Amino acid sequence: MTGRTEKMTGARAIIECLHREGVDTIFGYPGGQVLPIYDALYDSKIRHVLVRHEQSAAHAADGYARATGKVGVCLATSGPGATNLVTGIATAYMDSIPIVALTGQVPLSMIGNDAFQEANITGITMPITKHNYLIQDANDIPRIMKEAFHIASTGRPGPVLIDIPKDMTTEMIDFHYPETVKLRSYNPTYEGNIQQIKKAAEEIKRSSKPVIYAGGGVISANASGLLQAFAEKVQAPVTTTLTGMGTFPVGHPLFLGMLGMHGTKYANYAIQESDLIIAVGARFDDRVTGKIKSFATNAKIIHIDVDPAEISKNVHVDIPIVGNAKRVLEDLLKYVDKAPTDDWLEKIAHWKRSYPLYYVGGKENIKPQYIIEQIHDACKDAIIVTEVGQHQMWAAQYFRFSEPRTFISSGGLGTMGFGFPAAIGAKIAKPDRVVFDISGDGSFQMSSQELATVVQENIPVIIAIFNNGYLGMVRQWQELFFDKRYSYTCIRDSVDFVKLAEAYGALGLRVKQPSEVRPAIEQAIASGRPTLIDFWIECEENVSPMVPAGAAINEILDLERKA
Amino acid sequence: MKHTLAVLVENRYGVLSRVAGLFARRGYNIDSLAVGITEDPTISRMTIVVRGDDLVLEQVTKQLNKLIDVIRVTDLGTEDTVERELVLIKVNADVKNRSEIMQIADIFRAKIIDVASKSMVIEITGDENKIKAIEQLLKPFGIKEMVRTGKIALRRGPKSI
Repeated sequence: MTGRTEKMTGARAIIECLHREGVDTIFGYPGGQVLPIYDALYDSKIRHVLVRHEQSAAHAADGYARATGKVGVCLATSGPGATNLVTGIATAYMDSIPIVALTGQVPLSMIGNDAFQEANITGITMPITKHNYLIQDANDIPRIMKEAFHIASTGRPGPVLIDIPKDMTTEMIDFHYPETVKLRSYNPTYEGNIQQIKKAAEEIKRSSKPVIYAGGGVISANASGLLQAFAEKVQAPVTTTLTGMGTFPVGHPLFLGMLGMHGTKYANYAIQESDLIIAVGARFDDRVTGKIKSFATNAKIIHIDVDPAEISKNVHVDIPIVGNAKRVLEDLLKYVDKAPTDDWLEKIAHWKRSYPLYYVGGKENIKPQYIIEQIHDACKDAIIVTEVGQHQMWAAQYFRFSEPRTFISSGGLGTMGFGFPAAIGAKIAKPDRVVFDISGDGSFQMSSQELATVVQENIPVIIAIFNNGYLGMVRQWQELFFDKRYSYTCIRDSVDFVKLAEAYGALGLRVKQPSEVRPAIEQAIASGRPTLIDFWIECEENVSPMVPAGAAINEILDLERKA
Repeated sequence: MKHTLAVLVENRYGVLSRVAGLFARRGYNIDSLAVGITEDPTISRMTIVVRGDDLVLEQVTKQLNKLIDVIRVTDLGTEDTVERELVLIKVNADVKNRSEIMQIADIFRAKIIDVASKSMVIEITGDENKIKAIEQLLKPFGIKEMVRTGKIALRRGPKSI
C-alpha cells in the first residue's frame, strides 16, 4: 500500500496511521466527538483498553511507554474527556515520556462558539506538551500523525497532543502515509561535540573523587549497559535519581542508591564531597540538589543531556555535552581510563558501612520496608509501579532493581493516582512480567475505579496498598514541621479495600501480621488474577533518612528510631 | 539589560500564543514584540525585546529553540544592527499651537498624517531615544493617545540572520 493512495475517511486514516506506527494497544474512553474514530476502531486489530476515567488513559499510555520505550497512545473525546487527560499529559511531560494523546473536538465551524463539550485543549496543553496540533484539513491527518510520533519519541521525548474536530474524521481523503518527516525547525542533537567529550575525559582522568549522577535520560536513551561499562572503566561510584532507578543494578559495588531528599546518606555525602559530578540525563531537580547554593560546592560539573535547555538551568555546568546519553557515553568510553579513585571508593565503602539504609523490624506491626523486601524476594524481576508518597520512597529505597524500565513512578509532577493505571499500561506491555502497583490508601482512592478495567480486561496487576490510615507523606511533614497538627491528613476507615476489590470481581486480601506478608504476596502472584492486598502497616512510620526542605543534602536526618 | 531577539517561526496557527505563553510561564519580561510575515510566506519573523541578564537570555533562547515551530533565534544585541520603531501620536493641537507642533515634527522628520480642529496625528519612526525625545516635547501640548509597533531590527550589511 505504501506509495499508493487510497480513499478513506479521516477516522479510518487515523487508525491506519496507528497501524503504520506499530501501535498495538491504545487506552481510551469514547464520547460524542470521537464516535467516528471509535467506529473505525471497531474493525481494527488495535486493542483498545476501556478505562473508567480519561486521566487513567493518559497514565496507562505513560506506563506502557515507560515499560517499553515505545510511544504510548491515549484517546478521549472533546471537552471534559480532553481536560481529564491533562494531569496525565503533564505527568508524562515532566518525566519526558513519549505519548501521543488524541482528542475529539467539535466540528471546525463550531470552534470558538462555546459549543457543547468544547474546550480549547491545544491552548490548555500548550505548556505541558512537547508540541500539539489542531487538525484543520483532513488531508493533513497522515502528515500530522507521522510528525506527532516522531516528535514524541525523538530528542528529549515528551507528550504530543492532536486535537481532531469531528468533521475531519468523517471527510474522505486520499490516504498516503509519508515515510519520512520533514521539519526544518526540529533537529535534535544526538552526537556529542567531540572536543567537549575529550575535555570531559581529561577532567575524569584527573578526578580523584568523581560521582556519576544518572537520571531518567539514561533509561530513555537505552544507555544503562553503557553507563555500567563507563562506571566500571572509570571506577566511579554511581547514584541515580528517582526516575533513574533501575538503570544501575542495586547490588553493584559502585552503586550508591538514590540521592536527594530521601536518598541514601552515602550518596548525598559522596555528592557533597566530590570533585567532579558527571551528570547523565538528569536535570538537577530541587528534590535532588536540596539547597542549591550548598550543592557540591567543590565539584566541577560535566552535564550530558539531549536537551540544551537543561544545561546550566539550575546549576552552573563546567563542561556541557549536548547529545543522546548512549551516543555520548559510547564516545566518552573511548577516551577515559581508570581514575585515581581507590581512596575515594574506600571512603565511600566506609560510609556505606556506617550509614546504611535501615529500619527497625516490627514484631507485631508490619513495617512497610519489610513488605518491599518481601516482594523483591518473592519476585526479583517484578515491574514496580508506584503512586506518590511514602510508599513510593520506600519502594525506591528498598527494592533491589536490577534492570531499567522496571521502576515506574511519577517523579517530576508527583501525581497521586498515577500508579494503578500506569501499572495497567505496563502489564499490557509486558504480560509475562509480574507487575505491582505499590500504593498508599490515599493514592489508590484517586484511581480505584480502574478495578473495573483490570477485571473486565483481565489484566492481572497486583495492587499492594500500604494502608496507614493517613495521607502519609503529608502527615510526616506535619509531624516534623507543623507540630503534629494533622490537618486533614487522617483518612482512617475510608473504605474496606478487600470488599471494594471483591465488589469489582478482583481478588482482595488483607494482611495485618508480619507473618502473613509473604504468603499474601505469593498468593497474589499465583492467582493470575487482578489482586488487591490491603497491608495494614505501622501507621506513623516515617520515610528515613530525610533532607529537610531548604537544607543542604548532607544535612540529612535519621527519622527511624534506633534498634 | 535589554536584548533584541530576532526569531524566525513557522507562519502557522497558534505560534504567537506558543511564544507568548512561554514567556509568561517562565516569568520572562517582554518589553516589546513585533511580528509579521517575511520574504518567505511560510515564515514569520518576531522581534522580541526582552529584559534580563545573560543567564536569563540564554534560557530564553534555549526555551524558544525548543518550540517546534521556532526555526531560528538570533540575539541581535551583539550585532551591528539598524533598529526602528513606528509610533503614532495623537496630540492636542489648535490654531494657536499647530505651527509650533509642526516645527517639532519637522525637526524629528516626523509626518503629520491627520489634522483636525483640535488634534493632530504624528507618525514618527526611529530608535528608542528619538521617540522618547519627541514624546517629551509633545507632552506639554497634551498627548491624547499613543501607539507603537514595537521595535524591529535588521543586521547591517549583506549578511542576513
